[in-house]
Amino acid sequence: MLERAPSDAVLRLEGLRKNFGSLAVTDDVTLDVRPGEIHAIIGPNGAGKTTLINQISGVLSPDGGRIVFAGSDVTALSADARALRGLARSFQITSILPGFSVLENVALAVQAREGSSFRFFGRAAAETALNAPAMSALEQAGIAERAHVRAGELSHGEKRALELAIALAMKPTLLLLDEPMAGIGREETESQVELLLRLKGQFTMVLVEHDMGAVFALADRISVLIRGRLLMTGSPDTVRTDPQVIAAYLGEVVG
Amino acid sequence: MSATTLAASKAVAPPRSGIILPALIFIVFALLPVVAALTTRQYLVDVGCRMMVFAVAAIALDLLVGYAGLISFGHAAFIGLGAYAVGILSAHGVGEGLIALPIAIAVSMLFAWLTGIVCLRTSGAYFIMITLAFGQMAYFIATSLAPYGGDNGLTIAARSTIAGWPLLKNDRAFYYFTLLCLLAAYLFCRALVGSRFGRVLRGGKENAVRMAAIGFNVQRFRLVAYVIAGGLGGLSGFLLANLTEFVAPAYMSWQQSGELIVMVILGGVGTLDGALLGSATYLLAEEWLSGFTENWKVIFGPILVLVVLFARGGLIGLGSWLRRRVFHA
Amino acid sequence: MSTTLFLVQILNGVQLGVLLFLIAAGLTLVFGVMDFINLAHGVQYMLGAYLAVAFYGYVDNFLLALILALLASLVFGLLLEFFVFRHLYDRDHLDQVIATFGIILFLNHGVRMVWGAAPLSLPVPEFFTGSVVLMSGLLYPVWRLAIIGSGLAIAVGLYVLVTFTRIGMLVRAGATNARMVSALGVNIKRLFMIVFGFGTMLAGFAGIMIAPIISVEPGMGDNILILAFVVIVIGGIGSIRGAFVAALLVGLVDTLGRSFSVDILRLMMGPSPARMAGPAIASMLIYVLMALVLYARPTGLFPARGR
Repeated sequence: MLERAPSDAVLRLEGLRKNFGSLAVTDDVTLDVRPGEIHAIIGPNGAGKTTLINQISGVLSPDGGRIVFAGSDVTALSADARALRGLARSFQITSILPGFSVLENVALAVQAREGSSFRFFGRAAAETALNAPAMSALEQAGIAERAHVRAGELSHGEKRALELAIALAMKPTLLLLDEPMAGIGREETESQVELLLRLKGQFTMVLVEHDMGAVFALADRISVLIRGRLLMTGSPDTVRTDPQVIAAYLGEVVG
Repeated sequence: MSATTLAASKAVAPPRSGIILPALIFIVFALLPVVAALTTRQYLVDVGCRMMVFAVAAIALDLLVGYAGLISFGHAAFIGLGAYAVGILSAHGVGEGLIALPIAIAVSMLFAWLTGIVCLRTSGAYFIMITLAFGQMAYFIATSLAPYGGDNGLTIAARSTIAGWPLLKNDRAFYYFTLLCLLAAYLFCRALVGSRFGRVLRGGKENAVRMAAIGFNVQRFRLVAYVIAGGLGGLSGFLLANLTEFVAPAYMSWQQSGELIVMVILGGVGTLDGALLGSATYLLAEEWLSGFTENWKVIFGPILVLVVLFARGGLIGLGSWLRRRVFHA
Repeated sequence: MSTTLFLVQILNGVQLGVLLFLIAAGLTLVFGVMDFINLAHGVQYMLGAYLAVAFYGYVDNFLLALILALLASLVFGLLLEFFVFRHLYDRDHLDQVIATFGIILFLNHGVRMVWGAAPLSLPVPEFFTGSVVLMSGLLYPVWRLAIIGSGLAIAVGLYVLVTFTRIGMLVRAGATNARMVSALGVNIKRLFMIVFGFGTMLAGFAGIMIAPIISVEPGMGDNILILAFVVIVIGGIGSIRGAFVAALLVGLVDTLGRSFSVDILRLMMGPSPARMAGPAIASMLIYVLMALVLYARPTGLFPARGR
């Protein structure tokens, strides 16, 4: 469990700005994510949610502002450095290693944490020290039985589970989930929600999602992003009933 | 649009490839001098040795192209640098192999490291062009080294000695020395691609973004791979200089770099065995076809185009295809 | 080191730069729009020169030979595009490199078979022979001025074409995001053909213009191709403006470097080491320049695609 005092944010964005040409895709966003919470970010398409995630994970560098993760300023750190500090993410468009087996995909994540990857000898694929933790991550994500299948041959839902397994294997402090429910059916969404609820508390999560049912089931707090600006942050009930949010995004009140 | 990383269909699963093919290849190489002696075709030893020398470089290049996803078009520079190390040392009276070989490898690795730092900041097409440019730079430096032969190259007094003994003077002895070097290089690379390090490289080739998201600084791994490949190229250069007892800037021309890539593709990229097959096949073809006409490349050029268009897996790919046909027909 | 010599070398540097621009422009466009590495671009340049020599043999008139050679260059380029390159646009760069390398082998040895290995030459057209006095003591060959002039005119023309015409807009859009352009319903195949044909003609034109002052021989396109690569890497793939700036830069650095490296080094070391190190350093200069630019900006000075 996390030992920080509740007031110490796991992630704090301060005045984050990103422009594409003259378009402000991230417009002075300030928010913080509390330890152990599931913090959802919602907003209409084009609000800049994925851009925001990309800046947090280090794929994009912001034009202004700061990103503070676990107490340190990581704004200038590369994506891989942030990953090693405990920041894991899943991708909106599944990003795995299709030519490797499911197990190896996760074993690589274990290997990254372990350090000592500059070993030129010994068959990495056979290393129990890497495979065992990988298998348990696969079990947690629910696809352990597909461990030796070539990752490129998985179904879409299975690939999503694999992404989650990879993130779990990283033993993250913060998990960024970029639209984890995208493109999967009703049943799978429900089991994903259940899984995430089970994982809640093990680490902090930031969740970008369109599926409002999932959002309201999972989120402790919700931030609303409209055209790059943060409209508000609040509890699900507050957000759900806020007239500005309804007007800009939610439309009719969603149950 | 073409992908800037090699297509996933060429992705390499953990290389649990068979042992039969490489074993066969090495047995053939080992027996070649015997066959040459029996059929009194001494030139076979020379041709075979040449094949093995280039195979060392081709394996290193396959490491880069087939496993790390780095299309290096300046690989010949490493061969040339290794060769010139031998040549320059010899010109100053140092003919000892135990000195020349480490220097040859070290010089190539240094060049790989310095140019790699720049090259690897780029990707895709930029990388190809920059490696091409750096290879050209090495070539031009060599041509401007007037005291070492410049354009015309430099003859080496004698083959390198080993601890003072002229062990490599005998062609057959040198042949088996080269075979040993090739075997060592092959086994090293085989181990490398299945190791933790190799896995990071292969993962980086498939999906560099994902690898970064896991926590790997792929560029650092690629630089190490590039330096290793450079060192192996230096070894190849050492062997080449000793084989021909001559060094020339042509050893590092960009045409030579191109031919090395052709060898790798011809054999089957990303298999290591393909590099062995490809270099042997290419040099055989060169020997055979140049007997017909000086301009045999007029035929070879279009053949290359056809191979690219229709037989992308090279000889190894062809072999698998045939095997599938034969056993599933 | 006299001022006159210096000015002459500056002009030579500009001339080389202009030549490099003509070749690099086609290369960078093809690259930017079709993501296609065309190693065979250098042999296009060589072919232009050979065709000019061949046609001149028949018509004995430079202008006519130029036009015929340009047309023949274009036809040949389009045939190559149709039969080979078109099938490679969707392939990865490795395949493109090998295939175009094969074309280089084919053409380099092909021209050797047809025309022999001995260098050929083309006389400078009458109107442009001799040198002209640019200022007191400064004599400069008229033909080289013609090359500079025509190259600059083409540069301006290209700029106008790319910036102010519809086709130019499509090309610029394609260089930034070809998939999008195709999705917008533009006949992408035709656009590619036009871009390719244009690039071919530019390279051929460069070859024709240079033919009177250098020897036309097999492999003449190889070294200049690599220089062109350096140019587009420095300038930024897909950018004509980048190609222009980089081409002039490379042309000047290379020419001035080769002429004055020994002299400059002599200021720092003795004449003998200077004479030894000079040519070596001169040949390295543009690559060091390229390395420096790339270290600071890995996608060149004016990349067409956004970061």
